[in-house]
Amino acid sequence: MMANVETNDRTDVEDVLRIEDVSMSFGPVTALRSVDLHLRRGEVLGLVGDNGAGKSTLVKILTGFYKPDRGRIWIDGEEVRLRSVQDARDHGVETVFQDLALVDELSVYHNLFLNREHTTGGWFRFLKNKSMRAAARRYLDDIEVDVPSIDVPVAKLSGGQRQAIAVARATQQKNMKILLLDEPLAAMGAKETSLIIQLIKGLCRQTDISVIVIDHNYTHLFEICDRVNVIQQGRVTLDKNLNEISMESLIELMVQSYRREISQPGPGRETVTEVSVGANIEVNVATHTVQDAE
Amino acid sequence: MEPDSGETALSPAADSDLDERRVPTSTLRRLVDLHLQELVIAVVAAALVLFFTIDSPYFFTSANGAALASFIAPIAFFALAEVPILILGEIDLSVGEVYVLSPFLVEYLNNAGTPIWLGIILALVISAAIGWINGLITVKLHIPSFITTLGMTFALEGVILIGSNGAPANPVGSGALVVWLGAGTWAEAYWAVGAVLILHFMLRRTSFGLHTVAVGGNSESARESGVKVDFIKIWSFVLCATIGGLIGILDGYHIGSIDPDTPGLTFMFYGVAAAVIGGTALTGGRGTMIGASIGSIVLGILEDGFHVISVSSFAYDLILGIAILIAMILNVQIERATIRGAGHGSFARALDFIFTRRRKEPVRR
Repeated sequence: MMANVETNDRTDVEDVLRIEDVSMSFGPVTALRSVDLHLRRGEVLGLVGDNGAGKSTLVKILTGFYKPDRGRIWIDGEEVRLRSVQDARDHGVETVFQDLALVDELSVYHNLFLNREHTTGGWFRFLKNKSMRAAARRYLDDIEVDVPSIDVPVAKLSGGQRQAIAVARATQQKNMKILLLDEPLAAMGAKETSLIIQLIKGLCRQTDISVIVIDHNYTHLFEICDRVNVIQQGRVTLDKNLNEISMESLIELMVQSYRREISQPGPGRETVTEVSVGANIEVNVATHTVQDAE
Repeated sequence: MEPDSGETALSPAADSDLDERRVPTSTLRRLVDLHLQELVIAVVAAALVLFFTIDSPYFFTSANGAALASFIAPIAFFALAEVPILILGEIDLSVGEVYVLSPFLVEYLNNAGTPIWLGIILALVISAAIGWINGLITVKLHIPSFITTLGMTFALEGVILIGSNGAPANPVGSGALVVWLGAGTWAEAYWAVGAVLILHFMLRRTSFGLHTVAVGGNSESARESGVKVDFIKIWSFVLCATIGGLIGILDGYHIGSIDPDTPGLTFMFYGVAAAVIGGTALTGGRGTMIGASIGSIVLGILEDGFHVISVSSFAYDLILGIAILIAMILNVQIERATIRGAGHGSFARALDFIFTRRRKEPVRR
């Protein structure tokens, strides 16, 4: 039923990112099967799918963490091979990881500049702490992130502050073209969530930064995204602009596929444990798959 | 790329009632916060000096100073070598055997016609290569460093025994070079002080040092930030083994003989003990060169002091054991109090009250 991919064919707009035929397996587990995906300049693209569908694998490929078994990637029309995280960064891809990628023991400003330290002395790479502290203070003030002090270890910060530092680290890069947000709103209070959403919206309005966001909360997605791609079992099964699809029909679509899976449980796949459609139209579907590739 | 301030406010703690959380941090407060354990152990060192000075008129003399230096310097070198490795959450057991091996290498190379200076350089290169192999096996083949370096320890011991036939030897060479390399009374101490300064700078003021702490603190986060985790680990092993080779040569010239039966493993553990007493966490992510140096000064003072006041040196091991336990408990408690926020133990709560009272302000939910 889902085999033919529904796409909108407005591909004439300039794409900042283009992925063709990307596949990846971990041993016997296939995480991605011939995924095609594109991202327009200034667009916010939402990626949805159940746990283990391959979203995070896709993000980790774009981050330079994994090398895909097959497939090609273009950034700004130029074909690229992302060999490392640094490589992806050099191509303007910044990521806010699910685990935030902060080092608790290091100070706020060292975390902000981790692996991008201001240094002097050439090969010796002596740290210019003064310069980093000043730049960190300036930037955090600019985007109104309030931390007790930029000298404290990030372990001392609250969850929302840590999240803000992780986002700030990605957004401070001048050459950033694509921002990847891997469940940026997970484990956050309502207030922090709305602040992050505002930040993402603001970024997209003022710059030509493009964003890919993974989120399980459809209310958030409909608030920030222009377009949504559904990934199911390693394939992109739906590609719609959000003005072409209602939240109800998207939810219906996801739930339908889960119902199918319940009726025909595949090998290595357990049944859906919880399906709840709340009054605030949020869907919270948790599946547990043995072949969880994320 | 700077969002305008009004609309894109990202300020999790911007509420006026929480503004007091932005507390200016004075240099002193930061020093106390970050170096509490070093300060504590420095006070212990000073107290020990005072105790032995009162107890024996001989302790605070220049002659004993030289003895002290030759106790402290080797321990300090081993501690310095291990600190980056321990920060990374690894351990190098084999550095003690590299220490035993390197002066023999100089001798063999000299016997084969290599000039001493070149022999020393080659011995250091071979030491570095041993560290490189340790690092490579640990990182690329995913063998725990404890096992890797344990195997290397026995292998090197075998090499030394085979090469020397189990017989002690005298280090080759004479003249200014040898005096300079450790035969001089204070030579080793100068080398140690130089090493402390250079390595402290490396750990605190270079990208390499920052990345070492980052990898030790959270290697997954470091990797996600693009830090070359494998590179950092391998080169830390190289650095450790090279320092081991250097102190082997220095100590060989200082003592005036080299013995294949030298217990390298024990020497290595003295270094680890000094590092731990000086605030290095065996779980990784925490440790300083200065702390390790002060730790080795404490151990050196104890060892020398017991000789001076004629207490059985057997008691030294007892004291050492207790000191390590106390240091480790202190380490964990301080980390809970100052880094992780409120600790669970009563001691942590007391420290929390003394040093981090400011954090008792309203904290957001």
